[in-house]
Amino acid sequence: MRYLKSILVVAVLAIASAFTTNIEDSYKIGDTVEDFKLKNIDDKMVSLSDYPEAKGFIIVFTCNMCPYSVANEDRIIALDKKYKGSGYPVIAINPNDPKAMPGDGFAEMKVRAKEKGFTFPYLLDEGQKVYPKFGASRTPHVYIVSKPEMKLEYIGAIDNSSRNPNKVTEKYVENAVDALLAGKKPTKTETRAIGCSIKTL
Amino acid sequence: MFSCNKESSKSEFKEITTVKSYTYNELKPMLERADGKTYVINFWATWCAPCVKELPAFEKIKEEYKEKNVEVILVSLDFPKHVDKRLIPFINKKKLQSKVVLLDDVNEDFWIKAIDSTWSGALPATLIYNSKKRAFFEKNFEYETLEKEVQSFL
Repeated sequence: MRYLKSILVVAVLAIASAFTTNIEDSYKIGDTVEDFKLKNIDDKMVSLSDYPEAKGFIIVFTCNMCPYSVANEDRIIALDKKYKGSGYPVIAINPNDPKAMPGDGFAEMKVRAKEKGFTFPYLLDEGQKVYPKFGASRTPHVYIVSKPEMKLEYIGAIDNSSRNPNKVTEKYVENAVDALLAGKKPTKTETRAIGCSIKTL
Repeated sequence: MFSCNKESSKSEFKEITTVKSYTYNELKPMLERADGKTYVINFWATWCAPCVKELPAFEKIKEEYKEKNVEVILVSLDFPKHVDKRLIPFINKKKLQSKVVLLDDVNEDFWIKAIDSTWSGALPATLIYNSKKRAFFEKNFEYETLEKEVQSFL
């Protein structure tokens, strides 16, 4: 009987944890990232498997309304321009629920992407299902994935001065991608920066 | 000529003209005082909607708990270039009574971890501490939940 009870307790705990989206359950450095399929601002669906030529991806959770995201838009465009050709394109994902943040709706995403001339897909995380898997907590929040194993190589900030591009002394994402392109591991794999909390209801 | 201001319940508020800017090393002593007081340190910005929403809760704590040795400090992470145009007018408009300081330090990766190992950098965030206890919250507060946390320090 005691044995049965303990099995029951374990089962209940397992079920409970299966239904909570916990930061502890999200991807860690070295983990394999699952593909996703999300709607792009051109109304087409985009998956990582749509990029057979890519060597990896610079996945950026960002949005329209967060001033820290806006302050980093030019840097995100520059990353795509610099690394798309060598095999690391930027894939931007807006994790915010437009019901919680009206300015981050799909129509507004289209407008912002056009205004800024985004050179990369800008995807809507409909139903907010993808960002919790990555454990993204803020915008902007960057994840670098390498192929062919779809391995998570880097989590964090674009550089060490999110508020002022003129004071940047260390470019974390560029350093990480340069290392990967040279067949090495990034020296810094996790960094932090101030950002906006992800808005959900 | 606007002397008849019946709406203002916070008549003691004095308009400010400056906000002091700190590097992390300059701010650090404010985050580890052991003087018998309990400090509620809120990290926020004028552009952060959930931060602005929860500010009245912090203002109320300052008012309701000032006799109990609780001090509230609002650490703004506004863009330094927006201090004069946005932060100072915001403080004056909202008549914020709590002390407001600006944290302007580029080395975010260092000081975010130093402030708390669990902080990802998202705003709002709140540190509550005294000489005996310390807790960090990367979340939004309502007055009741904030008061409950503050009371656990007293």
